[in-house]
Formats: sequence, C-alpha cells, structure tokens
Amino acid sequence: MFLARVVGEVVATIKHPHLAAQRLLLVLPEQTPGRPQSPSVIAVDTVDAGIGDRVMVADEGNAAAQVLGKPRGPVRTVIVGVVDATDLPE
Amino acid sequence: MHFARVIGTVVSTEKVPAWRGSRLLMLQPCDSSGTPTSARPLAAVDLVSAAPGQLVFYVRGREAAVALQNPENPADAAIVGLVDSVREEPGAVR
Repeated sequence: MFLARVVGEVVATIKHPHLAAQRLLLVLPEQTPGRPQSPSVIAVDTVDAGIGDRVMVADEGNAAAQVLGKPRGPVRTVIVGVVDATDLPE
Repeated sequence: MHFARVIGTVVSTEKVPAWRGSRLLMLQPCDSSGTPTSARPLAAVDLVSAAPGQLVFYVRGREAAVALQNPENPADAAIVGLVDSVREEPGAVR
C-alpha cells in the first residue's frame, strides 16, 4: 500500500464491464524527500474518498479483487482507506 | 490504471490464438490533460473500441490478461476505458 492524495475524479461512460458503477479517482502518490514524484494513477474508490483526501492505496490485483468482492479483473489499484493521521520520523 | 493517448493501430494477422479477434492499438502514456509523459509508447489490447486520438486509460501486467474473456493470454497492457472528462482539484500537481 502507498499513501496518496486524491486530486481528481475520472468520468468514463464506456469502460470494461468489471469497472461498471465503480468510482474512479485520480490519486497522486506522496513524494518521498529526495526521490522523484511518481505520476498520478487512476484508482477505484471503495471508501467514499473525496478530492483532497489523504488515502491509502493498494496496488495489487488480488487485493483489488478481494476488496471489490469480485473474481480477478482488470483492476489492481484500489483506495482501501482514508488516512486520519500518520506519525512518521522526519 | 494510467492515462494514455491512442496514437495508432497495430495490424497483426499471425498472432497468439488467445488474441484472435482482438484489436491492438499503440498508446502514448500521458497525464490527465493528455500531455505525453516520458514513458515510451506501447501496444495494448483494445477492449472498449477506442480510436486513434482518444484519451483512454489502461492497465498493465497480469490485470491486462484477466481483462480478456480467456485470461490465459500473454497481454501485458489492455485499454479498459474511454475518458469522458477529468475533474481536478484546482492547481493540482500532476
């Protein structure tokens, strides 16, 4: 899992049936100091996250299938939690 | 899933049997506004009848293969949606 910020919402009428009725959000991974910024990715929202939220994102096919309660499909990036707080060394 | 622009088609008559009937398109990975990223273009199986010029999103890796009806195929990239619009936080960094 990685931490990210929700920066947008993607609207797509025509999509793979596996993605039907799923909300797609654009998430920007949190940058680690001294490392390049990873590009934003599209993730399936399972926790009703909103733009601006800090979230936890799983990036693995089996995890996605489990969270969505479906057999494996073309989804590997899912938002699995809204982060309230973290306590990290500087 | 990542954004990409469809930049062309790939014609392949002799291909893996599991891909029979599937369209292959060339993609240039890009950001949510359609600006190309430094990633190199790639060929992807088209599952949503995309056309050159369109902004789409695609999956990579094993998830691309399981997107097809028969998951036993060697696809490592598949187009799974056509982007209608992206609503972004004002001033967001891409």
